[in-house]
Amino acid sequence: MLDCTPKEPLQKDAHTIGKINPIKTCQPVGAMYAALGIHGCLPHSHGSQGCCSYHRMALSRHFHEPAMASTSSFTEGASVFGGAANLKTAIKNVFAIYNPEIIAVHTTCLSETIGDDIPTIIKQSEVPEGRYVIHANTPSYHGSHITGFSNMCKGIVSYLAESNGSEKKERANIFPGFVNPGDMREIKRIVTEMGVPSIMYPDTTGVMDSPMRDTYEMYPRGGATIEDIKDSGNSKMTLSLGAWSSDEAAATLQSKCGVPGVPLRIPIGVKATDDLIMAVKEGFGVDVPESLEVERGQVVDTLIDVHYQYEGKKVAVFGDPDIMVPLAEFLITMGMIPKYVVTGTPGNKFEKTVNGMLEEAGIEESRVRAEGDLFDLHQWIKEEPVDLLIGNTHGKYIARAEDIPLVRVGFPVFDRAVHPLMPIVGYKGCLRLIEMISNVLLERRDRDSLDEDYELIL
Amino acid sequence: MENECFVPAEPTACIDERQFSIMTTGKNKSRIHCADDSLAGAVSQRACVYSGARVVLNPVTDAVHLVHGPIGCAAYTWDIRGSLSSGPEMFRQSFSTDLKERDVVFGGEKKLVACIDEVVEKYHPPAIFVYATCVVGLIGDDIVAVCKEASERHGIDVIPVESSGFISGNKIVGYRAAGEALLKLIRPEEGETVEKTRKLNFLGEYNLGGEKWLVERYLAEMGVEINVAFTGDSTVAALKKAPGACLNLVQCSGSMHWVAMSLEKEYGIPYIDVNFFGAENTAESLRKIARFYGDEEIVRRTEALIEREMERVRPVIAKYRAKLAGKRAAIYVGGAFKALAIIRQLQELGMEVMFTGTQTGKPEDYEQIGNIVSEGTVVIDDANPAEIEKFLLEKNVDMMAGGVKERFLAHKLGVGFVDHNHDRKDGLAGFDGAIRFASEVYATTCSPVWERVKKNPFEEAEG
Repeated sequence: MLDCTPKEPLQKDAHTIGKINPIKTCQPVGAMYAALGIHGCLPHSHGSQGCCSYHRMALSRHFHEPAMASTSSFTEGASVFGGAANLKTAIKNVFAIYNPEIIAVHTTCLSETIGDDIPTIIKQSEVPEGRYVIHANTPSYHGSHITGFSNMCKGIVSYLAESNGSEKKERANIFPGFVNPGDMREIKRIVTEMGVPSIMYPDTTGVMDSPMRDTYEMYPRGGATIEDIKDSGNSKMTLSLGAWSSDEAAATLQSKCGVPGVPLRIPIGVKATDDLIMAVKEGFGVDVPESLEVERGQVVDTLIDVHYQYEGKKVAVFGDPDIMVPLAEFLITMGMIPKYVVTGTPGNKFEKTVNGMLEEAGIEESRVRAEGDLFDLHQWIKEEPVDLLIGNTHGKYIARAEDIPLVRVGFPVFDRAVHPLMPIVGYKGCLRLIEMISNVLLERRDRDSLDEDYELIL
Repeated sequence: MENECFVPAEPTACIDERQFSIMTTGKNKSRIHCADDSLAGAVSQRACVYSGARVVLNPVTDAVHLVHGPIGCAAYTWDIRGSLSSGPEMFRQSFSTDLKERDVVFGGEKKLVACIDEVVEKYHPPAIFVYATCVVGLIGDDIVAVCKEASERHGIDVIPVESSGFISGNKIVGYRAAGEALLKLIRPEEGETVEKTRKLNFLGEYNLGGEKWLVERYLAEMGVEINVAFTGDSTVAALKKAPGACLNLVQCSGSMHWVAMSLEKEYGIPYIDVNFFGAENTAESLRKIARFYGDEEIVRRTEALIEREMERVRPVIAKYRAKLAGKRAAIYVGGAFKALAIIRQLQELGMEVMFTGTQTGKPEDYEQIGNIVSEGTVVIDDANPAEIEKFLLEKNVDMMAGGVKERFLAHKLGVGFVDHNHDRKDGLAGFDGAIRFASEVYATTCSPVWERVKKNPFEEAEG
């Protein structure tokens, strides 16, 4: 039985220590993913080789792409005497052999505990003319992979973004948050559709969704160029998507280069997408093009046509906070009840935000938790079941134990393909979410219905 | 000596220091360098000590595997082994002490104690393996003492696995840490003895894709019973009966030789090496086992089984051989044991092995590999992606066997791929596995998708 709940019923919230079936992983993998969104970048893991191997494996399993990164290969010596020598050698070797335009160093629990001073080590390293080494501190014992993503985004801004002091360009910076390349592509398309030039970073399109070509490229053609990242200090504004993954970087860019950041949600659902479009419209004084109006109209039309297929259903959702918040909002729009909303990433802001939305919608008796785990969620589902589970691959144990359909959203998804290429953001993403959700519910209905109740038309 | 015939293979394209880790079978007398630490700055495919320990122990199905460290170490190893269980599923849950900054500053022992207590209260497991990770080794938590006290407090086995990831070495050091934990687990209490039987233990079998069950069926037909496997589909109670076996089969040479030797020393159980990858290897191994028992009936049944199965396998292999003969293959896997087995199988399919390597091979393993591949084959230790790429392209490889880190690199280079690692979903062992392997090699090497890759109309139009 794939059931992680104990046989005897528990006192409420009796699980307080450690984690059982986590909904988060450690900072470095987020930093590695962010670094892969710079063109010509080799992420570098400053720690023992196992970490690097795990992160590459996790990214490869989710994106179905090679994920290149180097490691300082710590041994006992480095752990006793510090990792400076390892990092200097690594930087020299990486430029000599792998020839990246930029190395993005992230730390690990090991190098953080030893106390390696990365900026000083970088200053003492041999960096070829015109190449860059940047870094982010990502101790694994703090925050989550989302914190690591955010820290690397901040590192990119701190090291690279520049303002030339002249008038800002009519252009938007977009910080997309920890989402799939398919989502990043869609967000860029929407902003382009509105006639506003943009610079997105990190930008893993063309890197973690790269096409099959005649030749293999260690540094695929995608990713934000260093030149663009530098110039982002001269943009008119930054669309900061996702409070947990992007806001810190946007705030850094605002204070460093005077580019105002507009805090927005990752555009999942009608409302969050509307908000993004309105922010661009107001920020740049452009009109919303007919094409986007049509897309929005199609979504609303579909919601009206099929709402009876899911309305009133109870849903448990778990995953990263920047996806959970707008997703929960969209579920409310769909007339569903987000019964349980859990993230593994720490921070009270999550509970406050989601509870606020639920209260506004008049939904009572939902449970929301930050820094929770799937043990919590499974326990709650045992106490009061739900109709649908939305989250990453790790939800499949609960889905099977409780016989609940699972819609896979978020990171990691290890047991399905194509998801990194298909957006859940924007109006197109709304349609995809509606389709995924109603399809699993209808398939469940078909599966469970007796012959006499089995219907052709649903 | 024949088996030391390696020359460096054009090291210029790669890191200079690595030139002695790459050899081409030929005429020179230098030896391959392996078991060196990976270079700083390498895009190494190697994992860590903790990972080595975890893959060996994780298939113990009813134990709690509690990872003492920050969340990542537990998250990345959560049920990725692909081991199947016929009963308990406890091993598929992920337990972490989720160490935080304050634990790293003030020590994590208290939290570990609390987590052990919580897990015992919730699940009453027969045993808990407590894994040390990098940071735990560094801050000096005394997990041995914590485990000992917890063991006494709860009256169950709480076993420390000393697998701090930064310890020099690689997965092999972790295999050893896991081996020590297993020996600790199975050691009978003072005054207790385990009754001797005619059953055998199957070491280094992790029941990926149900492979243990497959071999178990063959053995049952021969009249031989498996006592317990280390550690595929095992339980704590079954493992504790390990000293009662009359024979140990050793399959994965990297992880289990040391354990087999220790079991021989401590309990007088002899061991033999077996290899169930490939039909020929399987037949050979079954005969070895039958010979050990020296029972005529067992020998007769074994021969009957082999004859029947070979008759079933031969035409299938011949069918695929007709399609695959002359195609070029590459291998990059964790251990040398597996590399050797795959080389044999690919050769049976008429394919040419152009390039082979492992993460954890020892000098004698590489000698053996050198002996069975043809001249000009590149042999490589701890290959990095740049090296894999270089040789896949240079040698014009059609199909690669490896693990998840190689899969998408191969695909991007237009090379077919078979997972012979944790991500394989169907058993590749035994006669059935030989058929499956051949069909997987065929499916990927001759997939229609390569036609669409070759015939890209846009490129033709360009010109």
